[in-house]
Formats: sequence, C-alpha cells, structure tokens
Amino acid sequence: MVELNLCCYRNNHLDKSWDIDTYISQGGYQVWKQVLSGELTPQEIIDEVKVSNLRGRGGAGFPTGLKWSFMNRHSPGQKYIVCNSDESEPGTCKDRDIMRYNPHQLIEGMAIAGYVIGASVGYNYIRGEFWEPYDRFTRAIMQAREAGMLGNNILGSGWDFDLNTHQGAGAYICGEETALLESIEGKKGQPRFKPPFPASYGLYGKPTTINNTETLASIPMILAKGGDWFAKLGVPGAGGTKLFSMSGHLEKPANYEIPMGTPFKDLLSLAGGVWKGRELKAVIPGGSSTAVLPADKALAMNMDYDSIAKAGSFLGAGSVIVMDDQTDMVKSLERLTWFYYDESCGQCTPCREGTGWMYRVVKRIRQGKGRPEDIETLKDVSGKITGRVICGLGDAAAIPVASFLQHFEHEFRHYIDHGCSIFDRA
Amino acid sequence: MVKVEINGQVVEAREGDMLIDVADSASISIPRFCYHKKLSIAANCRMCLVDVEGAWKAVPACATPVTDGMKVNTRSPKAIAAQKAVMEFLLINHPLDCPICDQGGECELQDVAMDYGDDVSQYSEAKRIVGDRNVGSLIQTDMTRCIHCTRCVRFGQEIAGLKELGATGRSEWMEIGTYIEKSIDSELSGNMIDLCPVGALTNKPFRYKARSWELKAHPTVAPHDSIGSNIFVHTRNGEVMRVVPRENEAINETWIADRDRFSCEALHSADRLTQPKVKAEGHWSSMDWSLALQVTVEKLKPYLANPEQIAILLSPNSTLEEVYLVKKLANALGINNIEHRLRQQDFSADQYGINQTLAMRLADVEALDSVLVIGGHLRKDLPLLNNRLRKAQLNGCEVNVVNPSGLDYNLGIEHQVDTLSLVSELASILKAANELVDQDNQVELAAVTFNATHTAIANSLIKGKKSALMLGLIAQADVHYSKILQLASQLAQTTGSSFSDLPAFSNTVGANLILASNSADLTNWLANGKKVFINVGIEPEFDCLLADQALRAMQQAELVINLTAFDSVSQQNYADIMLPIAIFAENAGTLVNIQQDWQSFKLFASAKGEAKPAWKVLRVLGNMFDLEGFDYTNTAEVLAEIKALNLSIKQPDYQCNLDLSVITPTPSSLVPCYSVDGMVRRSPALQATPDAQLTNPLN
Ligand SMILES: Cc1cc2nc3c(=O)[nH]c(=O)nc-3n(C[C@H](O)[C@H](O)[C@H](O)COP(=O)(O)O)c2cc1C
Ligand code: SF4
Ligand code: SF4
Ligand code: FES
Repeated sequence: MVELNLCCYRNNHLDKSWDIDTYISQGGYQVWKQVLSGELTPQEIIDEVKVSNLRGRGGAGFPTGLKWSFMNRHSPGQKYIVCNSDESEPGTCKDRDIMRYNPHQLIEGMAIAGYVIGASVGYNYIRGEFWEPYDRFTRAIMQAREAGMLGNNILGSGWDFDLNTHQGAGAYICGEETALLESIEGKKGQPRFKPPFPASYGLYGKPTTINNTETLASIPMILAKGGDWFAKLGVPGAGGTKLFSMSGHLEKPANYEIPMGTPFKDLLSLAGGVWKGRELKAVIPGGSSTAVLPADKALAMNMDYDSIAKAGSFLGAGSVIVMDDQTDMVKSLERLTWFYYDESCGQCTPCREGTGWMYRVVKRIRQGKGRPEDIETLKDVSGKITGRVICGLGDAAAIPVASFLQHFEHEFRHYIDHGCSIFDRA
Repeated sequence: MVKVEINGQVVEAREGDMLIDVADSASISIPRFCYHKKLSIAANCRMCLVDVEGAWKAVPACATPVTDGMKVNTRSPKAIAAQKAVMEFLLINHPLDCPICDQGGECELQDVAMDYGDDVSQYSEAKRIVGDRNVGSLIQTDMTRCIHCTRCVRFGQEIAGLKELGATGRSEWMEIGTYIEKSIDSELSGNMIDLCPVGALTNKPFRYKARSWELKAHPTVAPHDSIGSNIFVHTRNGEVMRVVPRENEAINETWIADRDRFSCEALHSADRLTQPKVKAEGHWSSMDWSLALQVTVEKLKPYLANPEQIAILLSPNSTLEEVYLVKKLANALGINNIEHRLRQQDFSADQYGINQTLAMRLADVEALDSVLVIGGHLRKDLPLLNNRLRKAQLNGCEVNVVNPSGLDYNLGIEHQVDTLSLVSELASILKAANELVDQDNQVELAAVTFNATHTAIANSLIKGKKSALMLGLIAQADVHYSKILQLASQLAQTTGSSFSDLPAFSNTVGANLILASNSADLTNWLANGKKVFINVGIEPEFDCLLADQALRAMQQAELVINLTAFDSVSQQNYADIMLPIAIFAENAGTLVNIQQDWQSFKLFASAKGEAKPAWKVLRVLGNMFDLEGFDYTNTAEVLAEIKALNLSIKQPDYQCNLDLSVITPTPSSLVPCYSVDGMVRRSPALQATPDAQLTNPLN
C-alpha cells in the first residue's frame, strides 16, 4: 500500500483545511515560531534542507538547500523570496491544490525561506486563471497577518516579513523564473539572459530566490520532522514525497502525493487505471515539456528522477499525462506544438520562428496534406532549436516533437502516405 | 589582461569583456543583429553563436564574457551549424523581396545571409505579414521585415530616454510598435533607422530616392548646433540624397540629431535662390553675378562715407572663413557693426569678455556628479550634449534646472525651479550657497531670500566632486543675460563648479573668436534702425530674437543686401539685392564646436543654379572695392591666415557689481528646435513633426 499525503497535502482531508485555526491545530506555524525565537539558525535550516534531499519541484529538480546557500543573508540591501505558482505546464495542477487546501503551510514555508536568505518581502506569483486559489491564498495571508505571523517585528523577534500576491495574466512563459520577475515588475513577461542569475540580480535588480510552491510548502514539514525523515521517504537521488497530477485517460484523474520512487504501476492503479478498460499506449511523465514514453517503458519505471531518466524522459513537475490505445499521436502532437507556438515569448529567433514552423508542419500532416520530407523537416527543425535559445521553453518545445517521432513515427507516416490516421484504416 | 584563443589566434583582452568585442578587436568577424556596442545586451537574435571549448552548446558571443585561457572557434562545424540554423529561422518569415525593399544593398540581413544562408528554403508555409504603422514624417515602417532584434526599442529606452517603441504580443505575433498609433517624437529618432539592421525602419523622406550602391559618401560636419556632429553626406551625381552619422567617440559617438539628418531636404527647397536678383522700382530682376555685384558696390558706396550707418548680421552657422572675410571686408570699408549673436538682447557683459564654450570635453560631461542647467532646454537645443548629461544622470549625477516651466525633460531632474526670472532664482541659490560655505554675502544680496530647494541645489553643487553650471539659449536670450552671467559665474566659484555658457550654433565659438573685439549693440541697431543692413546667411525676421523689430528695421532701411540661399517672400519685400549663396555640402570651410574642435570640411555637391559659396562672393567684393589681400584661391588659404592670428578665448572676469533692484521677470523665449535656421525651417519632414507644429514662423 502506498502511503498518501504525508507532506504538502497532509491537511487536505480536513474540514476547512485552509483556515488558520485548522492549520494551527495540526501543529502549523510551530516551526516558524522556533525559527523566530532563534532556536533554529539560518545555517541549521539550510543544513537540514540539504539533508532532506529536497529537489526543486518547479521542473528542473535543482537541490533547494544548495540554491538557498547562494544567497548572502548579510549582504546589505533589499532581498526577495519569490514563490512560483504560475503552474501553466500542460498536465500540471498540483500547486493549485496547495493554495486551495493548505495555503498556510506555503506561507510558513515562504516565511522561513525569507528568513534564511534575509528577505523581508515575499511575492507569490499566481497563475491568472487560478481564481479560487488566489482568493484562498490572499485570505490566508490576511489571517496570518492578524495572527501576528506576518508583519513587522513578528512575535517580538525584531524580524519583519510580509507577503504579496501577484496575479499572472495567462502566459505560460511567466512561469520561467526571470520572465516571472519581469512580469512582477510590470514589464512584458520575457526571460532575461542569464547570467546574471536571480541570486545576484533578481527582482528589481536585488538578490532573489525563486522556488516552486510545492518546494516551499515542503519546508515546514522537513523542519518539523527532520531532514532525515523526509530524505528517507524518497530515494537516494531525491528525498520526500512528490505531488503527481494524474491526467488523461484515467478512471480517477487527480493529484496524488506519494513517496518519490513509487512504481508508476502503483500510481496508475491509484488513479483507477486506464479508463474504459482500455490498454495503456503512452505516458508523458513530467508535463508536456518532457519526452513521451511508450507503455512498456512507462510501466517499468519508478516515479523518481533517475528511474524516469533511465526510461528516456524526465520527472519534470510530476505531471503525468496518460494516453490510451485509442489516442491519435499526430493529433496529440498537433495540440502540443500549438501550445509552444502560442506560448513562445517571441524574443529569440529559433523559438519564435521554429515553434510556428513545427506546428504548421504537424498540422499539415494531420490534415492529410503531409509530404514525405515532412518527418525529416520536423526532426531537423526541432534539432535546430535545441540549445540555441535563451530559456527552457524553446528546448521544451523541441522535446515532444523529437520524442513523438522517436516512438510513434509510423503514425505520422501513415498520415502522410494515406492522408488519414491509423484508426481510419478500416 | 587575459589571453583568449579565437580560431587558433591568441588575443589579449580585459577579463569580462564580451567575446564579440574581443573578436572584433582582432578583426575576426562574428555575425550579429541584436548586438550594438552602444546598447544593452539582449542576446535575442542568436546569430552570434560560437563554439567555446567545454560548453555543450554554442554560446552567444555578445553575451559571453571572456576568461583566461578560453578557447573559441567561430568557424567550427558546431558554430557554423548554429549560425546557419539561426539564419534559416530568420529568413523563413522574411519577405525576401529585396528588390523592392529600401534597405536593399545596405541590409545586414542580406549581407549575413550571403554568408550563412542557403539558396533554397525548406520552408513552404505562408509567411507572416505585419501591418504597417504610421510613426510620423521621419521614419518609414515596413514591419513585415522586422527581425525583432529590439535595437530600436533599446535605443528608445536607453539613449533617447523615451519609451516610444516596444514589443507587444508573443511568439510570431510579437510586434514592434508604438501600441497606440502615434508618432515617434524623440529628437534623436532617426538613429533608429541606422540601428535597424533590416528595412523595417527606413528614412522616410529618402524613401525610394536612391540605392545605396549609387551613393557616394562624403565626410563632413553638421551645421545646426554647436556639437559639430560628424556626418557622412551621401550624394548621387553630385546631388545630396541623405545624411547619416559618422562615428566620432569624442563628439557625437554614433548618433546624430534629427535636425542633422533631415534638414538636407532644404538643399532642394523650391525657394532656393538660384540667380542674383536686384530690385529696381519695386520690381525684381535676375541678373548675372558681375552685374549684380557691380550694382551692390555702387549702391553701397554712398554709405561708406559714414560706415556707422551700416550693420552686418551674420549667421552663427557661417564658416570660420566666411566670418573672417566678412570682418576683413567690413573693417577695410570702415564698418564695425557686425553681429552673429542674433538671439541675444543684452550685450552689456561684453565688457568682461566673451567665452561661450563648454568648460570640458563632451565625454567628460558623463563623469559629472552634479549639474545645474540655467535657462537651457538642452534636450532640444543641444540633443547630443543632453545625451551625455543623461548618461551622467543615469550614473548618479544630480541634474538640477532653473528654467521656464513646461519643458519636457528626458532625464531625471533632482530639483526643478520653474521661473520667469532666472536672475532672482539664481540670486537665491547664490545666497544659499554663500551661507552653506560661510561666505559673506554681498550687500547686493541682502534683500534676497531663499528656500529649501535653493539650498538643496547649492548643496548639490558644493558636495559634487565634479560639478558644473551650464547656461543655455534661454538664459542668453534673457534681458538680464549679463546679470545671469555674473551671478552664475559667482555661484560656480562659490560652489567649486565649472562654468559653461553654452554656445548654441555650429560656429558660435568660431564667430566669437573672430568678432569678439567688435563691440556691438544689435538691440540698438534693430530698435533704432540702420540705413543699410547686410545679412549673411540669415533671415533676420526669423533668426533674430527680436524678430518683429528686426523685420521693421529691415523694412525701414534704405538698403538691404542679403547673401542668402533662399528667396522668401518676406525678403522680397524688404531687400534690395539678393545674392545666392551655397550652403552645407555645396560649401567648404571650418566650424569650431562647443569643445573648440576646429573641423574643416570639403565641398562635394554642386550648388543650386548660380549660387556661390559666400567666401567667394566676399573675395570678389574685396577685389571690386580694390582692397588688398582678397586673392584667395581656396578656403585653406583663408584658414591659414586665421590660424596665423593665434586667436584665443580670453576668460572673462565678470565683476559682481550687481544691481538686483530692477529685475523684471521676462517672458521666456524658447527657440523651437525646428526653427533654428533656414535649412531646418525648410525640411518638410521636420516641419511635419510635433516639435515643429505651431512654432515654425514659415508655417
Ligand atoms: C517555460 C518555463 C515554464 C516554467 N513554468 C514554471 C511553473 O509554472 N512553475 C514553476 O514552479 N516553475 C516553472 N518553471 C521553472 C522555473 O523557471 C524555476 O526553475 C523554478 O520555479 C524554480 O523553483 P524550484 O527550484 O523550487 O524548482 C518554468 C520554466 C520554464 C523554462
Ligand atoms: S526560448 Fe522561446 S520563450 Fe524562451 S526566451 Fe526564447 S523565444 Fe522566449
Ligand atoms: S524594427 Fe528594426 S531595429 Fe526594431 S526590432 Fe525590428 S528589426 Fe530590430
Ligand atoms: S548578436 Fe548575440 S544574440 Fe544577437
């Protein structure tokens, strides 16, 4: 039996779980008080987070303790902690439920992170379409202020910390951390060229740490139960539990919090298995920016970074898209290429020009007007984007194209040769 | 210094320099579009990708700082594959109809595509089309050609200080534009034309007039303000087609003002005077030069018995040689009334000496840490000085102004005093400064009061390590100009600041050098009239501050002789003789700029009709009056004679015998930037801009 909801979703089942009283009744804000009282020093916290083996949940899996250590707490001037709740990767909806059902754990995590890096101001950048989560989180901030957990001279500690929310306007690219900063600053959401990295030149040019919602919401539990507890939940390469957004052709699509390293098979049965009794065809394990895997590879893997990488993909943000045996892979890719075409910020040449090109070719194939050379063109164009762009979106746009062709080229060929999908054969 | 190996060649560089600059310095070419040495790094075009040992992917040379021992290959298969890929992406949505594009032949995309592009496109989808925007009379847009390098956007934000262009939309829908349709109004806007690597932004008045390969470039100097911006004039078969900047770090860097670029239209103005004309009994008749000059000499002769009746008004944009010959001829004929400071009315400070120069090099302005501008709209009057000042301000320099209200600044102003009385405000600041440094106040300042702003400005100057006072055209036009000079120079002393009474026009400095010894009283001549006026290169009714008086004086004079490039209706009314002179590229000579650079330029365009350079007209007149020493064959000989005089500017010693009891606020006199001279007034493109609306007297 897989044990569920040990960390970020631990309160989700409770009545009014988003209320501060509920949170406090579950031991909430205890760690924050400890921190403020000086019982836990910033260095001890960083060490504990390092022990926990927590890797960033925003998609790249960067070790959180290490990221925090890049900040110099004592350098003069304003610093910022920013939470990335833009959550716009197709297939992802895990952060939404943290803000809906356990917002105070995120606030506590942000407050602690801010304390560690020396930031007295935090921002949570929330996806524009998230109305209810935005509302819940904003109310939670007000409750926390009233309860004296935020504000000036918190609990007489001499430490100030306040939180702001910033609502996105519906652009996927604003989830990229530097585009997000530009967006908070009121500018067009476009990634910055790095270096400099946010730790030296971040929000309004000040040192800034950006973490994913799930990353930050994990912090209070890590410190309450110990880094070791968290690490042991997971696997050697990555500690803790992980939220997986199970979507697609499933009987019970939902978010599931399970320990890192749980076999995919178990996760699949948690989600009720493939719907309508059909067979599994393919899985995108980490969100649309990760490579699609055919059923056999997916069924053999465990849900952790190393195992998924060995299978040929990436854990990403843990957004599992399940496709049954009736899925038209050409149509699926058409939708995905449209997404990247539509969402490219447009500033760098290969991504601006290449995403539209790939979409048009896939669309043409799907319309039955494909040409024999189209598959080569797609491979060529996706290859020409990779590694030549400013941010991860361009690279991400190439991944579905390359992986769909790698595993399902015959479906594209069928369209090109016969003008219709493999399902229209009869 | 570090050592970097590029394509096997070892290059020395400063650590942290960008790879692209290091390669440039070693003449190793790396293709680029978004990079520009005067703009921030965007690294968005990806054209400059090169192969750096140890990096798994090709890196942008424009955004990669060099480190010691770095090994770079700009031509390896990896680098070339990256460059070709980017080139291909840039071209798929580009129209590729170069034959009908105005940039054809001087397009960076075309050039790079020759090296990195393929002959046949694998892209067979429909190309993007972007609607054009009307951004005013100076810049033509063809946005389908835009490659999104954002140079124009960064120019607006970083150099012009006006965010007029921006990017809207994502992905292929990203467009460069003004968002709400409006004109681009920066006085430096034309530079975006040069920055745009493709034909998206082109020179509107020049559109479809010529192809770049038909043009010949001639180095010369812009004659509209005292910066002396270096330019190239492009001619086709001796006819001036357009003007572009000529790089000179010490003067204009890579920029020019719109005035310098677009006023060349005036050379082809319909009202160019092409033949000498003489009025007899109210009727004008054209005649040849020798006859016209004979008439001139004959008409002038009777007045020479009493040369006090004659005044010569001279353009401050006249060449040094012209000024010198005017003075030489005039003095030989006994005429001493010569003036080029037409936008001034108070000459009483002449007794202390004249020094209208910048007290430092233009580049040093960038290092100032506190500046007080008094009566000057530098942004419009001296755009490229303002650009240096803007850089200083962005570096933390405090810029304070004492000016009439309503001026539009494009840099952060620390303290702004809006006033109609520069003198009283200046006196207040001086008093505040005196108190701050514990200096005794003169009795004259006894009644002066000051407030916190005055103190703040004084304090800023005092604590500045490199502080400067600058006086502009508005101060020079003030009825109390001499008092302003006295107070300002005193304030400079008290606060340890440099003091610059800024010259406005392209040869103000040169003309002052030559004419300083002539005591003059233009205000008096215009108010009380002279029997004879000789106007050289000006329209007194527009170029004089006291325009109405000037016009009346001309109308009431018995004889008005105009050496002029233009045949305007108002001149026809009051003048008796009009002699057509060559201007700008049709002329040769020397201009002395704000930092006292003597810049000589050659003649390379044929003058309109019978027009002749003024120096030649003056030489012939000298001969016709049988005067010695008028046998020059070229301007170089005149220049040699001037140089031999060893003229120098004497630092004035302003006595502070201030009488502040009679200070009356004066209505400010702002010279609209597109009315400053006859050429600018005759550029239809400039006249169609908002800066010119309502203000050009010719409109
Ligand atoms: C195109 C793009 C979109 C992204 N979207 C998100 C997002 O919605 N949420 C998120 O947490 N990280 C997103 N990221 C990753 C962030 O840039 C950043 O790495 C992350 O927020 C860091 O947090 P972590 O260290 O806690 O993972 C995105 C990255 C790219 C390139
Ligand atoms: S890769 Fe795409 S999304 Fe990222 S900066 Fe470039 S154009 Fe924008
Ligand atoms: S208009 Fe020209 S300068 Fe501006 S972004 Fe487009 S190509 Fe670049
Ligand atoms: S010149 Fe380097 S990316 Fe454009």
